[in-house]
Amino acid sequence: MEGLYAFCVGLLTACGIFLALRGRTFSVVIGLTLLSYAVNLFLFASGRLKLNAAAVLGESEQYSDPLPQALVLTAIVIGFAMTAFAVILAMRARADLGNDHVDGTLPVQPSDASQKSGGSQ
Amino acid sequence: MQHLSIFPILIPLLFGAIMLLPPISRDINSQRITSIVGTLFLLISSAILLYKINAEGVQLYALGGWQAPFGIALVADKVSSLLVLLTAFLAFCVMLYAVAGQDKGGAYFHPLFMFQIMGINGAFLTGDIFNLFVFFEVLLIASYALLIHAGGKQKTQATLHYVILNLVGSSLFLFGLGILYGTLGTLNMADMAIKVGQLQGETATLAKTGALLLLVVFGLKAAMLPMHFWLPKTYASASAPVAALFAIMTKVGIYSIFRVYTVIFGEHAGELANIATPWLWPMALLTITIGSIGVFASPGIKTLSANLVIISSGSLLACAAINSEAATSAALYYMLHSTLASAGLFLLADVMTRQRGKAEDRFVRSRPFVQPRLLGFAFAISALALIGMPPLSGFVGKIMILQATQSSAQTMWVWPLILIGSLAALITFSRAGTTLFWRHNGSTAAEAEPAKKAEIMSIALLLLASPILVLFGGVISEFTLQAAQHLHDIQASAYALLPGVAQ
Repeated sequence: MEGLYAFCVGLLTACGIFLALRGRTFSVVIGLTLLSYAVNLFLFASGRLKLNAAAVLGESEQYSDPLPQALVLTAIVIGFAMTAFAVILAMRARADLGNDHVDGTLPVQPSDASQKSGGSQ
Repeated sequence: MQHLSIFPILIPLLFGAIMLLPPISRDINSQRITSIVGTLFLLISSAILLYKINAEGVQLYALGGWQAPFGIALVADKVSSLLVLLTAFLAFCVMLYAVAGQDKGGAYFHPLFMFQIMGINGAFLTGDIFNLFVFFEVLLIASYALLIHAGGKQKTQATLHYVILNLVGSSLFLFGLGILYGTLGTLNMADMAIKVGQLQGETATLAKTGALLLLVVFGLKAAMLPMHFWLPKTYASASAPVAALFAIMTKVGIYSIFRVYTVIFGEHAGELANIATPWLWPMALLTITIGSIGVFASPGIKTLSANLVIISSGSLLACAAINSEAATSAALYYMLHSTLASAGLFLLADVMTRQRGKAEDRFVRSRPFVQPRLLGFAFAISALALIGMPPLSGFVGKIMILQATQSSAQTMWVWPLILIGSLAALITFSRAGTTLFWRHNGSTAAEAEPAKKAEIMSIALLLLASPILVLFGGVISEFTLQAAQHLHDIQASAYALLPGVAQ
């Protein structure tokens, strides 16, 4: 179980980082979301993975650590609010800057650059 | 009073919430009055807190009566209460400036301002590292909205970068916290400091990974070298009161570095003792270098002051790297000075921009100022303070940092870089001053408006802090030294905060 869990967290993180490094705001927002999913799973695992263990004393033979669950809850709430803000900001940037690139200007393709004379952007 | 140490968090929260409700939310004038009253209350309660802590020692506040390490504790010691007072004073001055008309650019300026103050104060006061994350998020989400206040292309673009970077930073913060909780089993900073010494082998390596991830996050907030690229554009495009308030934001990162890498991963951390030092040294020195280059290359006052913030961050990081009581004390003094002086320059830059018409804050020939004497005098004072020339506080702060270097190798690296940073500031300020005040043509711009009384008063208060920091330099440096000793003494900063844990 630990191996599968670790693989999932790793895969989510890798996809999140890859998408966050892309140039368009949409993929960046998706990347941030995946990264926050990975973080939530990771935080949950920091209290160790146990089967048949309730987070309440006396409910089961062994109990699991309740603190990571509280931490994950906080992280989900904060992550959700931040993602919502990032989406709205991305829409605002699309409206203000005229394109959805994170730098506000579309990069010049090599094929375009050869046709224009000079000018880096 | 028993609840005094939570007031710096509660007062802004309460005033911010009140301003969201009618009837105050509908009327900008009553919002302004409420804000000024709120920041004034905050200033008074922070001053009382500082006085009380100086007289009686550390105040431990267990939220909800749950004792540490199981509950969240607020720890008001000398370091945190000094920085809370600094925040309160800065907030009061900046609010005084904002109520003169800068707050009309968008809705909810005043509540957001209050929530940001709440986040900053909470980050300074908390004794729990997850709670530190929560307060970071509070101050960040308020800062996102404040940054885009008054709108415009430049701001949208700068805010987009700032938000995305900080969201990634928050994820890394949580990864770091998860690793540390998984290895140490606690989130209370004092408890972590005690337990970290027992880690060995693989667990210690894992904890080291977590600790260094946190360094990346704090470095992002503090504008440490590879993570500083967002700062000049963000600060230069923000509206003046927001940029001035942001002068304390990098200091929150620096404070966290001091708190985490002195108390938790300090000398007593066993295998993990001083893990940040080898990373902090090159980063700090390179940050000062890149800041100096940025200062030379600045095309306008706002970018110049943003680059000066990077230099001051670098100097403070160098103090964290030296890692001694004298260096921490110097850092605290320098933090007071650089926050207030750079906030003053941000506000002054805004007044100048408005009087120069299309030239804005760029160093080009333009129309003369409406109030050349007043602005010239203020510019000279803030330049002297930020360059670090006698007799103002920048000089004292830099001398304290230079004196704190211990070995000759440290002296060889730190002295030239800090002095070259000052030289860069000196050259750029003289270039800027001559262009701004002496190279002008034509009559004053028709749309230029003279600075309002509240604005002048606010800038004067911020600039007056510099000579006052020198006049009372003895008392203040004595206090910062005591605060630094407290931070470096594991007995006081960890064991004393956990009743029932013996060494």
